[in-house]
Amino acid sequence: MVNTEYAGRSYPAGPVYVVGREKIREFAAAVGATHPSHVSVDSARALGYVDVVAPATFAVVLAQRAEAQYVEDPEAGIDFSRVVHADERFSHVRPIVAGDELVTAVSVESITQRGGLSMVTTCAEIYAADGAGEPSELISRVYSTLAVREADA
Amino acid sequence: MSLPIAADLTAPLVIGESTIVLDRARLVRYAGASGDFNPIHWNAEFAQAAGLPGIIGHGMLTMGAALDLVEHWLGDPGAVLDYQTRFARPVPVPSTGTVSVEVVGTLAAIDVAEKSGRVDLLVTLDGAKVLVKAQVAVRLA
Repeated sequence: MVNTEYAGRSYPAGPVYVVGREKIREFAAAVGATHPSHVSVDSARALGYVDVVAPATFAVVLAQRAEAQYVEDPEAGIDFSRVVHADERFSHVRPIVAGDELVTAVSVESITQRGGLSMVTTCAEIYAADGAGEPSELISRVYSTLAVREADA
Repeated sequence: MSLPIAADLTAPLVIGESTIVLDRARLVRYAGASGDFNPIHWNAEFAQAAGLPGIIGHGMLTMGAALDLVEHWLGDPGAVLDYQTRFARPVPVPSTGTVSVEVVGTLAAIDVAEKSGRVDLLVTLDGAKVLVKAQVAVRLA
């Protein structure tokens, strides 16, 4: 049973994630993002970026790590054998590029229940980290909604 | 490379079509690259116990793959400002062979003053929508 008391809860930005050039290349190949700026530094620089550019959905890597604090908390009541992904949204201030040092904070936007289904929406905010590993400039917001079926009666 | 020019475009405009070919190896590869190790994407028994027809593809893999044609049309992946979708139905991926998901991208709206636009993605499996309200807000020139 999803614990509705978690609605509104927020988790501060966690450890710094350093975006690697090879990680972007690996993710782009896996997802099928074939634009050359995902793999070629020269191509990325020709577009004005300092290094290879992450595909728009790469932000899910950071978001899911941060969301784990919430969804893997046993008290939150999210049973992964009953979960399907319902909605996803990426809202980017600027693209993520290799070399970025990022931190991600998560909040539980809403938990709604109807007809044996709980809809859980989280918002992960991805920031550039300052020298102390604290959030500075906002890079991206990632909204994710999970649909959790309640246990059979 | 420069972005498409808003004032030169008329909506609706089909900007591209593609086919996403998925097999089990691709799901494993995406799981590793993304860190999404939910067993419904690699363990058939777990998937069936979860009420699914069998192993299904990551919704995020379909969402990510469908964007490729938009990035190429724009010429700059950084011109994707916002991308959202709802996952309407799962994509079962067989133990051998492949499954093909069809994608059609249409520039559906243009804002000449803001130099921006909205691309709608029609993403189907056997004619049924896999993604709904798959919309990409893009920067134009």
